[in-house]
Amino acid sequence: MKLRVPVLAVNGALLVIATLTLFPLLWMVSVSLMTPGSSGSYPPPLWPDHVTFTNYRELFAHGRMGRQFLNSLGIATAATALSLTFNVSAGYAFAKLKFPGRERIQQVLVGALVIPAQVAMLPLFLMLKQMGLVNTLAGVLVPWLAGIFSIFLVRQHAATVPDDLLEAARLDGAGELQIFRRIVLPLLSPVLVTLAVFTFLGAWNDFMWPLIVLNDGSLYTLPVALASLSREHVQDSEMMMAGSVVTVLPVLALFLVLQRFYLQGMTSGAVKG
Amino acid sequence: MTPARAGVLLASPALAVIAVFFFFPVLAAFALSLTDFDIYALADLSNLRFVGLRNYAQLLATPLFWRALGNTLYFAGVGVPLSIGASLGAALLLNSRAARCRGLFRTALFAPVVTTLVAVAIIWRYLLHTRYGLINYGLSRLGIPAVDWLGNPHTAMPAIILFTVWKSFGYNMVIFLAALRGIPETLYEAAELDGAGAWARFVRVTLPLLAPTLLLVSILTVAGFFQLFAEPYVMTQGGPAESTVSVLYLMYEQGFKWWNLGTATAVAFVLFLMMFAVTLAQLFVARRTATL
Repeated sequence: MKLRVPVLAVNGALLVIATLTLFPLLWMVSVSLMTPGSSGSYPPPLWPDHVTFTNYRELFAHGRMGRQFLNSLGIATAATALSLTFNVSAGYAFAKLKFPGRERIQQVLVGALVIPAQVAMLPLFLMLKQMGLVNTLAGVLVPWLAGIFSIFLVRQHAATVPDDLLEAARLDGAGELQIFRRIVLPLLSPVLVTLAVFTFLGAWNDFMWPLIVLNDGSLYTLPVALASLSREHVQDSEMMMAGSVVTVLPVLALFLVLQRFYLQGMTSGAVKG
Repeated sequence: MTPARAGVLLASPALAVIAVFFFFPVLAAFALSLTDFDIYALADLSNLRFVGLRNYAQLLATPLFWRALGNTLYFAGVGVPLSIGASLGAALLLNSRAARCRGLFRTALFAPVVTTLVAVAIIWRYLLHTRYGLINYGLSRLGIPAVDWLGNPHTAMPAIILFTVWKSFGYNMVIFLAALRGIPETLYEAAELDGAGAWARFVRVTLPLLAPTLLLVSILTVAGFFQLFAEPYVMTQGGPAESTVSVLYLMYEQGFKWWNLGTATAVAFVLFLMMFAVTLAQLFVARRTATL
């Protein structure tokens, strides 16, 4: 009897918080299935009278959402591939390969973490303009090529690879690049997944930079498309909710499948400091 | 190949990219903030003039700049403690011995963090709708009259803060959970034997051991809150009566709506200095409390 009360109170509180947290997302799905105009009545309906996919059809058949979905998918996939290519080898080099100036460069990079990315945005825009990359998907990708945070994430995990293992491989006559590919990369595979999930979600959800770089609707990523749609179609809440579902669902699903890697990546960095 | 050569080979692509696309633009930004770069210079660089610190001086004389600064400080000053409080509360609940289905609850509470900011901001715009929004409907059932959340200068920022707390509290919750798990159970048992109640155990055992995590979390959260942009862009367009214009929103409007790139980079540097100063202040306070 003594244990019952806290169990009820704690789990009751958790249930209430979880309901409040998930409610906006469930409501989004529900409204996206309502017939156009039906959510704007009083009292506001929670469920569709009858389920319809009109809003989705409207977005994909008459709007450009199919195209924009592919833009987002392409950007997020390419950003992930680029980030893995550049950051993993650098993270390993910083952790395990002594080269001249390494400590110095590392200090500079740590210091640079305090500079918000937005400081670089305006000159970067002018640079891309010179290079003819404004209003292109390649321009959206530029900030995802390499990142200081990502390098340190990899470095931290690469530091746990035993030196003896690398020395043994060297004694066996393995070349440095071979060691990296054959021994280090397989050992790092969990953090590669973590980095991939972080980058994919980050690039998919990113808003300010694609908003700045893109001005052609058919090149928009989903968040930019949604923001511009919401300014034109303030009244069409059902259609806007369908667009939100299309934008949110892929990343939410990806997170649910790979959440172990995501959460590990978050806490490994934070707790060790 | 020697390890040193391999190190240079493996590190240099990433370092080159960071140098070209981050360090160079940051330095260029400072130079840009000392010029009158505008739409005429964008068309023809010969129209560019060095103006020294005039952009900064003009900013300090612009009421909207002070408004944006005040709004951002208000957003961070109220939002960060609320968000961290919610994170800590949720983490304590999830970490308590009585909690069941922890994994499920954790996932549910974390879900908003991974959602797309623009999409969920649009959801909340409808939830906050004056006539058809469910929030006002819920309040009306409690006998509270309808609030024009996003249309009233006094409630627009609180509404955005509420939304941001919902969106972000799961992130720090997971970090607190990991830190809470690192506290040995024996400390609580010892405190209990000494007759410490639940509150005393929280204040005397949990909080001190959480202090390093709390410092880290508050530094990162403040930095995140200072970068307020998409919420006002989607939910209020900076209105009503400029009550939700943030520093970054001002930078965006100056830079990409009016093409005053000189002024906009000056705004970006002020944001940077502000974030830097607040981080230093947090470290200072942390050191003071640690030595007390």
